[in-house]
Amino acid sequence: MSLDYFWMVLIMSLQAMVPLVLTAVGEIIGETAGLFNIGLEGILLMSAFTGVLGAKFGGPWVGLLVGMVTGGTMSLVFSVITTRLKGSQMIAGIGINLFALGLVAFGLAAGPLFVSEGMRLRAIQTPVGMGLSPIVIVALVVPFIAYYFLKRTRAGLMLKAAGENPEAADVAGINVLRVRLLATTFGGILAGLAGAYISVSWVGSMTKEISGGRGFIALATVVFSGLNPLLALVGGFIFGFFESLALWIRNSPALKALPTQLIAMTPYVVTLLVVAGVIGRVRFPKTLGEPYKRE
Amino acid sequence: MKRKLAAAEIPARRRSLTGLSPLLESMLAGALGLLVGVVVMVIWGYNPWAAVVALFTGAYGSLTGFASALAKATPLLLTALTFSICVRAGMFNIGAEGQLFMGTLAAVAVSLVVLPPGIDQIVRLVLAMVVGALWGLVPALLKVTRGVSEVISTIMFNWIARWLALYLVLNILFDPLRAEKTISIPVSGRLPLLMRGTNLSVGFFVAIAFALIVYFIVWHTVVGYEIRAAGLNPTAAKYGGINSRRTMLLSFTLGGMAAGLAGACYVMGTPPTYGVFAGLPELTNLGFDGMAVAMVGRNHPIGIIFSAIFFGGLNAGGRAMQFRAGVPLEMVRVVNGTVVLAMAIPELIRIFPLVKSGVQRMISSVRPRRGADSGDTPSDPDSSTSRGDATRKEERGA
Repeated sequence: MSLDYFWMVLIMSLQAMVPLVLTAVGEIIGETAGLFNIGLEGILLMSAFTGVLGAKFGGPWVGLLVGMVTGGTMSLVFSVITTRLKGSQMIAGIGINLFALGLVAFGLAAGPLFVSEGMRLRAIQTPVGMGLSPIVIVALVVPFIAYYFLKRTRAGLMLKAAGENPEAADVAGINVLRVRLLATTFGGILAGLAGAYISVSWVGSMTKEISGGRGFIALATVVFSGLNPLLALVGGFIFGFFESLALWIRNSPALKALPTQLIAMTPYVVTLLVVAGVIGRVRFPKTLGEPYKRE
Repeated sequence: MKRKLAAAEIPARRRSLTGLSPLLESMLAGALGLLVGVVVMVIWGYNPWAAVVALFTGAYGSLTGFASALAKATPLLLTALTFSICVRAGMFNIGAEGQLFMGTLAAVAVSLVVLPPGIDQIVRLVLAMVVGALWGLVPALLKVTRGVSEVISTIMFNWIARWLALYLVLNILFDPLRAEKTISIPVSGRLPLLMRGTNLSVGFFVAIAFALIVYFIVWHTVVGYEIRAAGLNPTAAKYGGINSRRTMLLSFTLGGMAAGLAGACYVMGTPPTYGVFAGLPELTNLGFDGMAVAMVGRNHPIGIIFSAIFFGGLNAGGRAMQFRAGVPLEMVRVVNGTVVLAMAIPELIRIFPLVKSGVQRMISSVRPRRGADSGDTPSDPDSSTSRGDATRKEERGA
């Protein structure tokens, strides 16, 4: 009985972890190259929306693909503005968020969208009776691939050079702007997958608030990880655990007396505490957030 | 030396534009926003022409329409100030949303105590400012003491504030007669209406007065000079003996006061309920929309007054658009987002020669690599950081 609860909370945490880990790993790749994208929240929201539309059109896998394309496109817009046009990354990210907020609310003006059972990604059956999304496995594997890519490949080092010392990278023949553009776009594709996962696989419906600040919690995860994808997996799991704990407390009859609104705060409070606790030891690329201009 | 040359290379024609360009750029960004809005409406199968006509006649076509535009502008003006004061200090305060929730509920909560007559309104306004400032001060303290990015912490505080507000509305401040809303502000605590049949209250003038005070503080006092110096160049400011921690805390305090005041002005000046509904529908996004207002207003209090009236008009006209053309009100926020995206691009006007040079570059791509650089128009000679970009660009608008 009590062990069943353990497995249920574990599965819930794993499911809640997925969007945070995928988005955070994508952002780690982008931040390593020197671009700070606070528009992740908007990308999650938008790709959750287009993911549902895609799933309605051609099934869950099409939905996920559409979500990835959406995330990639939005990040491409962001990175063109911030690299080629040398715009402010902060303001462009805020713009992406506002735009997504508006467009999704506009698209959902008639009410929330629901993903019928047939369009939802089929879950892996577990002994405790709770389904586990196959994307969980993707989220468990992606950090390791990203770690290998960033630390052990030539392309990963190019990324790091573009973020740490763009002038030197430029002199060494690396096209800094292109590297940044590609890194951020790839990060956006991962965030798009995360967004589509939320609506098509995990929740199974689409509302205006579905992203629920996860884009920002993912940013906090990046801070926690210090740009190490493996630590992002750990951080994502911690935040996912507290999120599902809040959900679990809300649904468990014994603890119903606690006001739900106050329990719903926990993930955000925990995020703040964790970020405030670890920040001192983290070092970020020197030119993070600054546009690169050739002399 | 090289930098001076770059500045001198700017053709005379373009140089003559620079005086006007902040205004032109804001207008261009607004136009781009409307254009994207039209495209979205076409994709969704709405009639964009009818919608745009309804939008503008709804906002500016009649006196009552304009009055409601000003009423909608009031909270936006103040939350825009929240964002812009902190940008001037070199920080991004995304927390106006939560600070506004807290300020609003503080103004409502005053009803729980009995006050001597005559001071009701003042107490509410002041308490809302204090609570808003305190809510903004915590992320600032986390930044100063623990180095936590203010972007992440203010966003987390927005969510915490949202859930706390939802809790307070339903459990503490609820109206015993109508449980889905808070207690109404009593007559003694309301801001007088300026025009019968509209929502325009004295709050609009309170907001304008606050903007002017902010202008005075930031541009005409030593403290304000320190805030701007720390924002423009933190290193230079530090060597100049400016305590950057103090300017951070101060700008967040001022910003939080503005956001708290925004909430108070809204709830104390909006008939018929003079209260907040569960789910906070009327308050949601006022803080985020303020950022668009701030950017179009070039983060300058005077610019923000005008840009708030423009965006207030969009919001007020949005209702007419929904009513007459059937286009959902949320359309307005698509426009807002596009405007902010456009404003992220430094020297937006430059986008046209840049696109032209991009095309030329593609045509003559057989030429060696150096051609790619000379195709670029010389940019602002001394901008090197994004933060500097954001503030310096606006400095010229000042």
